[in-house]
Amino acid sequence: MSIRKPLPHEAARLHVTGTARYVDDIPTPANCLHLAFGLSQVAHGRIKSIDLSAVHSAIGVVEVLTAQDLPAANDVSASHHDEPLLAVDTVHFVGQPIFMVAATSHALARKAAQLAVIEITELTPLLTIEEALAAGSEFEDPPTYLKGEPEKALNSATHQIDGTINIGGQEHFYLESQAALAFPQEDGDMLVHSSTQHPSEIQHKVAQALGQPFNSVRVEIRRMGGGFGGKESQGNSLACACAIIAARCGRPAKMRYDRDDDMVITGKRHEFRIDYRVGFDNYGRIQAVDFKQYCRGGWAQDLTLPVADRAMLHADNAYHLPNARITSHRLKTNTVSNTAFRGFGGPQGVVGIERVIDHIAHHLGKESLQVREANYYAPKSANAGQTTPYHMEITDSVIDQISDTLVDFSGYSARRTAVTEFNAKNSILKRGLALTPVKFGISFTLTFLNQAGALVHIYSDGSIHLNHGGTEMGQGLFTKVAQVAATLFAQPLSAVKITATDTAKVPNTSATAASSGSDLNGMAVKNACETIKARLVAFIAQNWQADPAKIRFTKAGVEIGTTILTFQEVIATAYQNRISLSSTGFYKTPKVEWDRTKGTGRPFFYFAYGAAVTEVVIDTLTGENRILRTDIIHDVGKSLNPALDLGQIEGAYVQGAGWLTTEELVWDARGTLKTHAPSTYKIPACSDRPAEFNVALFEQGENTEDTIYRSKAVGEPPFMLGISAFMALSDAVAACGDGTQYPDLQAPATAEQILKAVMAQKGETW
Amino acid sequence: MKIEFLLNGEAVSVENESPTRTLLDWLRENRGLNGTKEGCYEGDCGACSVMVTSQDENGTSHLAMNACILFLPQLHGKALRTVEGLADDQGNLHPVQQEMIDHHGSQCGFCTPGFVMSMAAAHQSGQVNHNDTLAGNLCRCTGYAPIIKAAKAAEAAPKSKTLAADAANLPSIDVSQQSHGAFIPQTTAEFAPWYQDNPNATLIGGATDVGLWVNKLFRDIKPVVFLSQIADLREIVETPGGIRIGAGVTMNRLRTAIQPRHPDFAEMIRRFGSTQVRNAATIGGNIANGSPIGDSPPALIALGAILRLRQGKKLREIPIEGFFIAYGKQDRDKGEFVESIFIPTQPDNLKCYKLSKRFDQDISAICGCFNITITDNSVTDARIAFGGMAATPKRASVVESTLIGNPWNEATVRAAMAKFATDYHPISDMRASDKYRAHTAQNMLLRYFYEHQSGPKTRVLEQRP
Repeated sequence: MSIRKPLPHEAARLHVTGTARYVDDIPTPANCLHLAFGLSQVAHGRIKSIDLSAVHSAIGVVEVLTAQDLPAANDVSASHHDEPLLAVDTVHFVGQPIFMVAATSHALARKAAQLAVIEITELTPLLTIEEALAAGSEFEDPPTYLKGEPEKALNSATHQIDGTINIGGQEHFYLESQAALAFPQEDGDMLVHSSTQHPSEIQHKVAQALGQPFNSVRVEIRRMGGGFGGKESQGNSLACACAIIAARCGRPAKMRYDRDDDMVITGKRHEFRIDYRVGFDNYGRIQAVDFKQYCRGGWAQDLTLPVADRAMLHADNAYHLPNARITSHRLKTNTVSNTAFRGFGGPQGVVGIERVIDHIAHHLGKESLQVREANYYAPKSANAGQTTPYHMEITDSVIDQISDTLVDFSGYSARRTAVTEFNAKNSILKRGLALTPVKFGISFTLTFLNQAGALVHIYSDGSIHLNHGGTEMGQGLFTKVAQVAATLFAQPLSAVKITATDTAKVPNTSATAASSGSDLNGMAVKNACETIKARLVAFIAQNWQADPAKIRFTKAGVEIGTTILTFQEVIATAYQNRISLSSTGFYKTPKVEWDRTKGTGRPFFYFAYGAAVTEVVIDTLTGENRILRTDIIHDVGKSLNPALDLGQIEGAYVQGAGWLTTEELVWDARGTLKTHAPSTYKIPACSDRPAEFNVALFEQGENTEDTIYRSKAVGEPPFMLGISAFMALSDAVAACGDGTQYPDLQAPATAEQILKAVMAQKGETW
Repeated sequence: MKIEFLLNGEAVSVENESPTRTLLDWLRENRGLNGTKEGCYEGDCGACSVMVTSQDENGTSHLAMNACILFLPQLHGKALRTVEGLADDQGNLHPVQQEMIDHHGSQCGFCTPGFVMSMAAAHQSGQVNHNDTLAGNLCRCTGYAPIIKAAKAAEAAPKSKTLAADAANLPSIDVSQQSHGAFIPQTTAEFAPWYQDNPNATLIGGATDVGLWVNKLFRDIKPVVFLSQIADLREIVETPGGIRIGAGVTMNRLRTAIQPRHPDFAEMIRRFGSTQVRNAATIGGNIANGSPIGDSPPALIALGAILRLRQGKKLREIPIEGFFIAYGKQDRDKGEFVESIFIPTQPDNLKCYKLSKRFDQDISAICGCFNITITDNSVTDARIAFGGMAATPKRASVVESTLIGNPWNEATVRAAMAKFATDYHPISDMRASDKYRAHTAQNMLLRYFYEHQSGPKTRVLEQRP
């Protein structure tokens, strides 16, 4: 059986030999055009004039287009049709594309794009959450989830505290920047290679940009060099631009963003401010909480509404909140339109409640783990009937088991003592320790998206061709799904050819997002394989006069009673007997239903759980800090591939810790992003990973729902394990004071933020 | 101009290319070698890492370098390996490639060729400090743990004979060349008068900064002169009085040379750029570009280093702090260049404190270098210099004079800490605020005091789980 084995990534050999092909590696004819955008240098203003004469006359330039030159729809929005490909009359953020240049090389296009003279009458930009709030600039009326009687319970609680945490955004920093390549076909058709998590949306946007029906556009993507949500909607602009130029000039057209352009033009993780009030008892048990979440959406909606929804849906994390009110403000600002990023708002919601727990523990002078344990959702066995703030009953919680196992696994108690001793002995360096849990809801909250298709062929030599609607961005989806197909036919993985995602093979797909890739596509492929298998079994039963119940596909071959035939023989015979050896497959997630306006229902099929313990050390003279050790137990159900799952967990932790520590986005007063390259925006480097890093899968893990081989989604949930690093830093800062003042650490906890918090603990003026 | 080098074992000769054509663009666009990836085009992510083998008076070296900020003429006379040329002649994977597969070291795979090349260069050079050799390779998927496991697993494997063979087949290139607005001199004697005649030329040492002028700022920097063939600029000469370092010495060679004298300077250089950057970047370039946040100037100022400038045949020596006049303005005449730097022999009292958002491969927000002499428990000399606190690398003269002549105790230190506000008026930018700079500059003096007194521990990098 191929599933459950720690097999390497299907393309590992191609990766290490440099032969794995990405969009920019696809050979192009010599007449291929290369594109670049000319960008707004102003955050908000009316375009007075555009002089492109120098751009036109620059070396190598073939075509220059502004909004008025576009053939059809000027719309690259993933949602609300509020995002033009090229600006019309008004610019809304620094970095907004105003015109596009097509030239004979990438370098010449970039160079020419600098030469425009654009006059803009500046308008006052709304840059921050506070400015947008004051101006009433919101995408919709703030929705609220309400459970119980939070106001009453807050007022009657033994203890009440309040606070605010600001949480910075995050640049995806996929190593492969956005890229697209369009080849014009006969009769106005277009073939587009796009580095995208959402080929169907690319297809739709390109078709609309060309004024063609969807069936005239085919989109293909074999792999991305990282996505993390940043390629869910952000590739639309490049694909449309390439298709428009390709159609107009009758030549292939390619566009890839230079790194600086990519960081300026594309959306990021949403910045949040979360205000909280919480009431609790002497044990730290939460009686009621009131959250106000404010998120900076940027200038266009993109995916801001569902992102903000998911932040609300994770405001409880793994804790039972008897009374809760969660209000969400979705602010429209003159900054880049923020977008999907691993966790999709969930992490910001989780930071909010983890911050509350940390604050409660500090207020009561308790070990934060005790407060966490006092609030965990009850296990399934307790049959407690506990519900989330959106009234979904929690029936699959294993957080208490995971937490207990991790406490042992990490030696938490002894290390807590050691940290306390260390801090008593050291006046300058201080250590901190924290355990944080995660519970993450699996399913698209837009319910109709929870569907997937697959296409499986078996050729007459017995080799298998596999296709589905999911995309590969490094997460190992293609490996896992191929394992499913190989298992169903009892064939080695090498018998399965994994092929590029292609809108002409599987139509109407959802984005590979929401961690749903293997859940949805694994099931769709299983469905396709089972259809073919059923035909084969019926055929074998007839051809070999066998009892269908005694036909088995095994490693040895196809067992027909006591006879064993090779898979290849059976396939060849089936073909000669005119049996269809190709099938589509389809899957839709059962049980989910969600009313987003009311905030009630069952948005999630199930939950994934995990927990991490992080130990840090800080220098109270400079705020410099290190993650010394991290221990993780994470629930992936029954793993389809333990090696890939561990890789997702480790990588997500480091990415999550980076978000809350060194990764700081800085804009200036004019709304210009100052951290637009790896020289100034610092994702974790090699030595930033925990010096000691122990990661294990939750051994008892098994999905209570009927998912693909009872596995659980793994892409996003472990991202939130990185929050333990932030809480450990808060713990270390708290060790600098006398316990009277909460550290009030803000995210990201850069060295500067830490020093600021330390000085506040010591009563020193910043 | 004819640029000759070995490309994956095969001799190539490149003519009629712009001297500022990057190796990365040439590989991908001219040779169809798409394994080398572009991640940032500024030498900060390592996705374009390649291995360059060369031989000079210091022996054979196999160095990882960033192809995106390497101009073709810099390869003249060397051997280049890209990921396509890493397997052996029979097509067997290099051990680091196989271990990366076996340890699940790739996910999206885009950074992988760069990692593999850095790992192969380290393996061929016998280096096992993987955090340092891979600090210049960013991975956004794995969290690095499996990559380090792969690097460790490959340590014991024998070195590649295929890669070693490159050193024996290097093209010979002892002739200076000049054409297309570019000059590749072989000696300082040849270069100095040329530069006097062409004072507007751009001097290129390792191109780790100049590469960005071309790639990101679209500057036309011609005429250009490539200094990397000049052997006498690469000399390191030790005498009882001190150590003289040629302007063309790379940061990695400087790190090794300075380690016995001033280990904390060497530790700071460990965090300077990345392995790939230090393999290319030169000390001369780091000084001459006059950046207020270059890391070697504050250390050299604290050490009382003397800069030797040359214009034609005319030599001039000045204390290095005098070189930095104002932002973007140095004490350098037309046609004059930095030839070498001299660090006098002295007891090692130097501590270098580099603060940045990330420890490795990050530009300093503040870099403070302290060289304080204590005699009979009293401060008899103090040289303190900072980068990132002013428009130039600058001494803390008021702090120094507050210390000198006073007993070496916490009261003196605290009194001096208050004087930083007189010496510096730092700014806020994307790396740090003015307040952070002001507070930490002071605290660094306290850290120096604690370290000197064997007081409480202050370095998080020395902490273990």
